[in-house]
Amino acid sequence: MSADQFVQYLMSGLTQGSIYALIGLGFTIIYAVTRIINFAQGEFVMLGGMLSYVLAVKEGLSMPLAIIIAVLAAAAVGAVMYLLAIRTARRASVISLIIITIGAAIFIRGIAGNRFGVNTVSPPDFTGSGSISFLGAYIEPQALWIIGITFVVTTLLYLFLSHTMVGKALRACAINPGAASLVGINTKAMSLIAFAIAAAIGGIGGVVIAPLAMASYNMGVMLGLKGFVAASIGGFMSPITTVIGGVVLGVVESLAVGLDWGPFTSAYKDVIALVVLLLILLIRSGKLAAAERAG
Amino acid sequence: MLAWIKKKWNYFAIAALLIFLILIPFDWFLSRYTSLMIIIGISTMVTVGLCLLMGYTGQVSLGQAAFYGLGAYFSAVLSKTYSLNPWLAMLIAALATGAFAYVVGYPIFKLRGNYLAMATLGIGLIMWILFNQLSQYTGGPDGMSGIPYLSIGGFTFDTNFKRYYLVWCFCLAILFLSQNIVRSRTGRALRAIHGNEAAAESIGINVNQFKLKIFVLSSVYASLAGSLFAHHLRHVSPQPFDFLASIKLVVMAVIGGLASIWGAIFGAGTTRFLSDEVLLGFNKYPQLDIIIYGLILMLVMIFMPEGLFIAIKSFTFWLKVNWRELPSIMKRKRKELPNQMKHIFRRLLLMRLWRKAEP
Amino acid sequence: MQKYLKFSLVFILAIALVAVGTISCGGGAQEEKEAYKIGALFSTTGSQSNLGVPEENTVEMLVEKINADGGINGHDLEVIIYNDETDSTKCATLANKLIEQDQVLAIIGPTGTGNSMAIIDAITTAEIPLVSCAAGASIVTPVDERYWIFKTPQTDKQVVIEIYIYLQSINISKVAIITSTSGFGQGGKTYLESEAATYGITLVDNQTFGSDDTSMISQLTHIKGTDAEAVVCWDTDKASAVVAKDMQTLQMTIPLYCSHGIANQAFIDAAGDAANGVIFPAGKLLVVDEIPASDPQKEVLTNYRDEYLAAYPNESISTFGGHAYDALYLVVDALENMEEDLTLAESRAAIRDGLEQITDFVGISGIFTMSPEDHLGMQPGSLALIEIVDGAWTLAQ
Repeated sequence: MSADQFVQYLMSGLTQGSIYALIGLGFTIIYAVTRIINFAQGEFVMLGGMLSYVLAVKEGLSMPLAIIIAVLAAAAVGAVMYLLAIRTARRASVISLIIITIGAAIFIRGIAGNRFGVNTVSPPDFTGSGSISFLGAYIEPQALWIIGITFVVTTLLYLFLSHTMVGKALRACAINPGAASLVGINTKAMSLIAFAIAAAIGGIGGVVIAPLAMASYNMGVMLGLKGFVAASIGGFMSPITTVIGGVVLGVVESLAVGLDWGPFTSAYKDVIALVVLLLILLIRSGKLAAAERAG
Repeated sequence: MLAWIKKKWNYFAIAALLIFLILIPFDWFLSRYTSLMIIIGISTMVTVGLCLLMGYTGQVSLGQAAFYGLGAYFSAVLSKTYSLNPWLAMLIAALATGAFAYVVGYPIFKLRGNYLAMATLGIGLIMWILFNQLSQYTGGPDGMSGIPYLSIGGFTFDTNFKRYYLVWCFCLAILFLSQNIVRSRTGRALRAIHGNEAAAESIGINVNQFKLKIFVLSSVYASLAGSLFAHHLRHVSPQPFDFLASIKLVVMAVIGGLASIWGAIFGAGTTRFLSDEVLLGFNKYPQLDIIIYGLILMLVMIFMPEGLFIAIKSFTFWLKVNWRELPSIMKRKRKELPNQMKHIFRRLLLMRLWRKAEP
Repeated sequence: MQKYLKFSLVFILAIALVAVGTISCGGGAQEEKEAYKIGALFSTTGSQSNLGVPEENTVEMLVEKINADGGINGHDLEVIIYNDETDSTKCATLANKLIEQDQVLAIIGPTGTGNSMAIIDAITTAEIPLVSCAAGASIVTPVDERYWIFKTPQTDKQVVIEIYIYLQSINISKVAIITSTSGFGQGGKTYLESEAATYGITLVDNQTFGSDDTSMISQLTHIKGTDAEAVVCWDTDKASAVVAKDMQTLQMTIPLYCSHGIANQAFIDAAGDAANGVIFPAGKLLVVDEIPASDPQKEVLTNYRDEYLAAYPNESISTFGGHAYDALYLVVDALENMEEDLTLAESRAAIRDGLEQITDFVGISGIFTMSPEDHLGMQPGSLALIEIVDGAWTLAQ
């Protein structure tokens, strides 16, 4: 592998990783505040991508307007999903909640497939197509947008969580929901906000990714899974670690293809994410078991 | 006389069910549904395992289709590529799948809830990718054909008619076996775990061991079902073992009732009937099937977490008792609803997050 | 447990009543032979939907036309179309349904090679003729094991050879191939590898991707590091478009050749201006206006193109619809020569024999002459080499 190729793999890994990071942020927020794993996270991404295409290309709205509406719509879907599916299932067991979010995910996917068709679509790039030479590697301008927006979103999220009242309340719920409600924080509203924010971030992710990676009604499945892996590498606790997790996953995947090592042809790219997932879970289970034995 | 019938009701019910099942493949009865019923029987076998797992250990498996696929592929490869006796292949498949489930389950069952679900999802997806990629053995994405029929001596199971009875013998045997397990000491231990894990642990039940046993058992059921599937269709490919297939199995288990055994027939039956008969006609309304599955999963788990079958039973019972009061109850609910909506809106608009805490 | 039994019993009885009801209503019609019933299996959803949809559209359009013209010897034609969702198990299940439940006389389709291979066993055991719309050469060879199977599209092997002949003519010898892991892609890969030496081609790189992948940058970067003079990509339109776009991003200047799987408008739409300059072999339908009037296919092609666009103004023509056209008319031809009042088994055998005897049928994909040794029956020269220029198809020079 030449130096040029290495930089190329790194850059494309960084791009993919930013995608995973954005999706992972959604998982992290919801899990931290509500302890629920939202299997429908990938579908919010899909909604952002598909809606931005439909609004901008089919309905002829201007791109910025289409993006704003798409993101707000995704946030609205997230909020509605919380209100109708999660809050109504009070006292539901963990297994019920998992199944409910899965049900919501495939329901949303089905409606999207029905309304938008099954074709893959490609919204226009934000600032035109073509390729830019960067440090010896070629990258689409859209990829720079992805990396840039991931950075901006993460920073904004970090500032929101650490410096605003609502953000601090969210963190309080994440640390200890019981104590949080004791000091007067409305945990139900916090959960709603968490879902809406996660859905909005997912929508932003979809809007930014779609011009590069194209959008289709079932893009949420694999993306959601990889975003989950990113979030689990990051420990589900902080946006920064989630982003690091996403980037690590993206780069590892990209380099694995480049290294072309042994039986692992490029076909096994997806297996990497899954193996990483299982490893993380195993490590985690080891820690859990150790903690239980100690406590 | 009536009292005697009432007492022996379940024997009559079983007998009637058996007679009904026996008669289906005959031309003057319901023979056009024979191949559908074969698939239902096979699906029931997998569903029962899943019901036991989800109902009695409270763990969800989002990758059950992987074991189903392992059984199918083992049987296919061993009996076609290596020309092994199909029955022997089926046995080896079941043992191999069970061993695999044990090895994989051992570390996984230390995880809880969400993490366990993700782990099963991950395993299911890895198996599916392997089915696709190990094309020298599995035939890759298009799978492999030419799997031989099952046969005993000179008698070959080469028509739907013969295979129907074979599959349902297996299926009913598994149902009766599961019933025995549930009634035995193991079953009582399982119910204790289902009630309260910590309490069960404290009276000396090795919770993890039991969960693992059920997991392995469910995987063996799925493997047998997969083998029968391979010898029925004589073709295997990765698609029936993907993530959506695992979800469909969860739908079947949820409809059938998470801790129920005979409900599995109901769950598998309705889901398969829906997907393989009813929805075929709705070709022009795409994705209707997954929309319906999503709705079923959400509605059933929100309102009837014990499963649809059990809820129907109790719902009708409740109806019989409170029939007259139903209108007044509904009126009361309707009056409450606008107040609730006002509450939510007020809270959201004002965003006074540090007002009185929720009780 | 007792209560579950009670209710499962009640429920099953309810279903039974419904089922018996539907049978007694619909059961009688199966005995009549007024309409000729054929089955069709097309992938109208899934990764091969861009092939399956025009196939379904074409068949529906033609059935209407045939019945309006009086049917086949006075019999109406009825085609039962099922969607196999590009899923070979579903395809096998639906094939069984067509054979046993719907009791059709013949089956056309499936769309894809993988699905076709999956049902060969069932078709042969059931002794019913099949006219596949898929590319794989192994569908109809070895011919003595494919007594009941026919097909209408050119084989992937023929398409590969077409590309290699062209590459040889412009003195390209170092080629990198990038193929999908689907059945179609793997089929192409097999022949790309096996035929290379015959045409003086060395394969300097051999990458794969998944049909649903959205980025092939890593694989193409690897290819870029070799001394390949051309890239040959083998998959249907969606993923091939990604390859084209990524090659443009990486500013790779070597030419891209694709399979006939991109022979539809969706490729051009998805790839944008990365599609320009791509060359691929396909049926003459796409460049029908450039075909000389002396070509025996010209009239058939022009008529089909005009009728299809009139019936489906929002669609564009595709060679895959043409494969279905050919399959349907081959079966119709065999039906026209079939005697009346045969049993189901005899009818199926008669149609099979009729198919094998067809000579010089001028179709959309080519001119067919079947024989016991050749169940594809297509003469060479049926493929045209097409280049995409300014978003439109033209004959390559």
